[in-house]
Amino acid sequence: MSHETRIALEGMHCASCVGRVETALTAVDGVDSAAVNLADRTALVQGDAAPSDLVAAVKGAGYAATVLDDDDPDTAPDESEVEARRLLVRTAVAGAPGVALMVGDLAGWLPMLHAGTGQAFWLAVGLATAALMAYAGARFFRGAWRSLRAHHANMDTLIAMGTGAAWAYSMVVAAWPVLVPIAARHAYFEAALIIIALINLGQALELRARGRASIAIRRLVGLRPRTARVLREGVEHEVPIDTLRIGDRVRVRPGERVPVDGVVVDGESAVDESMLTGEPLPVTRRAGDAVTGGTLNGSGALVFEAERVGRDTVLAQIVAMVRAAQASRPPIARIVDKVSAVFVPAVLMVAVITVLAWVNFGPAPVAANALVAAVSVLIIACPCALGLATPMSIMVGVGKAAEHGVVVRDGEALQRSGKLGAVILDKTGTITEGRPALVAAIPTDSADESTLIKVAAAVEQGSEHPLARAVLEAAEAREISIPTATGFNAVAGEGVGANLDGATVLVGNAEFLAAQGVGTGPLRAAADRHAGDGATTVFVAREGALLGMLAIADPVRADAAAAIARLRAQGMRVVMLTGDRQATAAAVARAVGIDEVFAEVRPDAKADKVAALQAEGLVTAMVGDGINDAPALARADVGFAIGAGTDVAIESAGITLMRSSLHGVADAVAVSRATVRNIHQNLFGAFIYNVLGIPIAAGVLYPLFGVMMNPMIAGAAMALSSVTVVTNANRLRWFRPEAAR
Amino acid sequence: MMLINLVGLALIALIAWWFWWPRARPGADAGTGVVDIIVADGVYTPEQVTVAAGQPLRLRFLRRDPSACAAQVVFAELGVSADLRVGRQTLVSLPPLAPGRYGFTCQMGMYRGQVVVR
Repeated sequence: MSHETRIALEGMHCASCVGRVETALTAVDGVDSAAVNLADRTALVQGDAAPSDLVAAVKGAGYAATVLDDDDPDTAPDESEVEARRLLVRTAVAGAPGVALMVGDLAGWLPMLHAGTGQAFWLAVGLATAALMAYAGARFFRGAWRSLRAHHANMDTLIAMGTGAAWAYSMVVAAWPVLVPIAARHAYFEAALIIIALINLGQALELRARGRASIAIRRLVGLRPRTARVLREGVEHEVPIDTLRIGDRVRVRPGERVPVDGVVVDGESAVDESMLTGEPLPVTRRAGDAVTGGTLNGSGALVFEAERVGRDTVLAQIVAMVRAAQASRPPIARIVDKVSAVFVPAVLMVAVITVLAWVNFGPAPVAANALVAAVSVLIIACPCALGLATPMSIMVGVGKAAEHGVVVRDGEALQRSGKLGAVILDKTGTITEGRPALVAAIPTDSADESTLIKVAAAVEQGSEHPLARAVLEAAEAREISIPTATGFNAVAGEGVGANLDGATVLVGNAEFLAAQGVGTGPLRAAADRHAGDGATTVFVAREGALLGMLAIADPVRADAAAAIARLRAQGMRVVMLTGDRQATAAAVARAVGIDEVFAEVRPDAKADKVAALQAEGLVTAMVGDGINDAPALARADVGFAIGAGTDVAIESAGITLMRSSLHGVADAVAVSRATVRNIHQNLFGAFIYNVLGIPIAAGVLYPLFGVMMNPMIAGAAMALSSVTVVTNANRLRWFRPEAAR
Repeated sequence: MMLINLVGLALIALIAWWFWWPRARPGADAGTGVVDIIVADGVYTPEQVTVAAGQPLRLRFLRRDPSACAAQVVFAELGVSADLRVGRQTLVSLPPLAPGRYGFTCQMGMYRGQVVVR
């Protein structure tokens, strides 16, 4: 897959250097494009070339280069904190004089506007206000002007027009008091200043709250160690993690984080994987076991061979998926997008209508009242709160899910999980461990036990099926040497046939053998008995003669029953789906408390069962291991891939559960519901805020109660509205999905 | 009074015409290269990018506006979005598209631009 790499360059001086570096980079294998920016001395490279090759190419062209890691919190300075501080300074610079003016005015310390000296004083205040507004609010005016010219309107338009109108009116009153009736001779400089201060304050608070909302992703990124201990020719070297290559032998000391993904070759240790899977108990890892980058090694030492490095590690993929999901827009956001597209011009119109209404029907002083009302309308309207309502909740919700080992593909999957009415659980690997073992081998008179296993193993050798693995493991455990079969012919969900030493061998269910003219009658009673205990039975025949029966059972996951009870408590219909026989399926279903079972379903028909539930009007989830149920996962409203631990990128799944536990499904549903609830609260709050706030600001309460909104109150309300949305979204951080467990 | 009312109504008509009347937007033609888009002062410059149908498009956003509004660019119809960092270029690659108009906005829908595929 193509990705971006940023490289910092040194020694570049001119445009010809740019050309030289770009040529060098483009020549590297796997580079799709390279763009050098002379201004910030960086190159942005697209393609799948290794970062180290890029650095080497730049060095070859005569310049120094280092790879910039966008994920590294150390190389990415916290710009939002710097900006928040800048906004707070502006708040103080505009706010302090604004408050002083307001207090002075209320206390009667300031000269009256219409007196001779008063006019000079207020003109001076007006000019000082303009300077302060230029310092603390220039951004709003610049943004308003540029958007206006581009026929756009945004927050800046509203703020600039509101405070600009207050200032301009006050200057007119100060310069030519005779133009305005005595009762309306009031300056609103303090309002302009305090509004600008409040909006700066609101943005600073919002920035800080936003920073907290993205804590989940920073925590994930922070799991990646910066260096790794590589063993080369028996000597340990500490190297930057970016230089690790596949096949490197890496040592992890007790208490250190595993740097990349790989397979243990030496040592044994309990590894804490909770940060990725949400599984609280450490798991023992020894030679042959997989380890995942970012997990925490316990008290033992491990040496492992790197299998996935850089952007291919599970951790890097989780980070990429969580990032993409946090930025995605669920369907609920689309209606908001439509509203916000017309929002600001509509508010400008409402402001004009407000002026007209006051001029036509309002009491004296008409000019001052119309101004106060129109400014309040412009200032109180807050499209930001509306626009932020959904994305902030999605961001925190997706992060929360990731903390519990639930990786959500996009906002839509999260939103749908909250509405689930039915959940279909694949049996093998989902309800059960997915590691079946041979529990009984019953030969007929035509064979003995080891022949039965030997023949079956020969045929199953080429199969990826979990049942095949159980047969092969049984043969290995009994030290049976497996002969080579040829001419494999598998019928999905039924069985497999092959040629062994010139004889036709069949391994499969009763129907499969019957279709080939082999009866299974003599072993049916034994088969039914094992099936009743939850085992899967397969029959083995050679040259039309039944050799015997194998019973293979897959233990039920320890926490399956508890998790299924949780799903039911969440109001969902829980259905089990399996290709196994009815009796086997029923036994497992009984053990975990499921009473609705679709058994003997061929893999290609699983998607139809999903469709059948959907046809009943149920929003349906499918939970599977993603191996042979991809079509069903894709057909479902939400596809859950379970226990994907080492392979996050299951394309057909909307949600990937890092932990092999059905509790992940219940957690996902709980987080999703909480997130959707949070979005609704935010949207409701933001809509109601605007729907009530704008008319009140326009003065609809005046005829009833004789009150008008002070524009400064409008400014405070507006500043608080987006902060409230972000803060409410942040509440999700404290949500505990397992509380219902 | 009459005059004020007329001015007010004219102002409302002017607002509608200025912001909502369909008009040609200043834009850039992508050709086969990369289009640089500056994110500053409430507008994307250029705000419209034209590209031939079936041609992949690469947009390089340079965010100059430190306010939170500009922090993300979202192509809602395409399900594509990217975080923009202040003072830094961010490359957004779009697949070849069918003819039509595809809007892109900031997270709050205040910054607005569009990709026109002909």
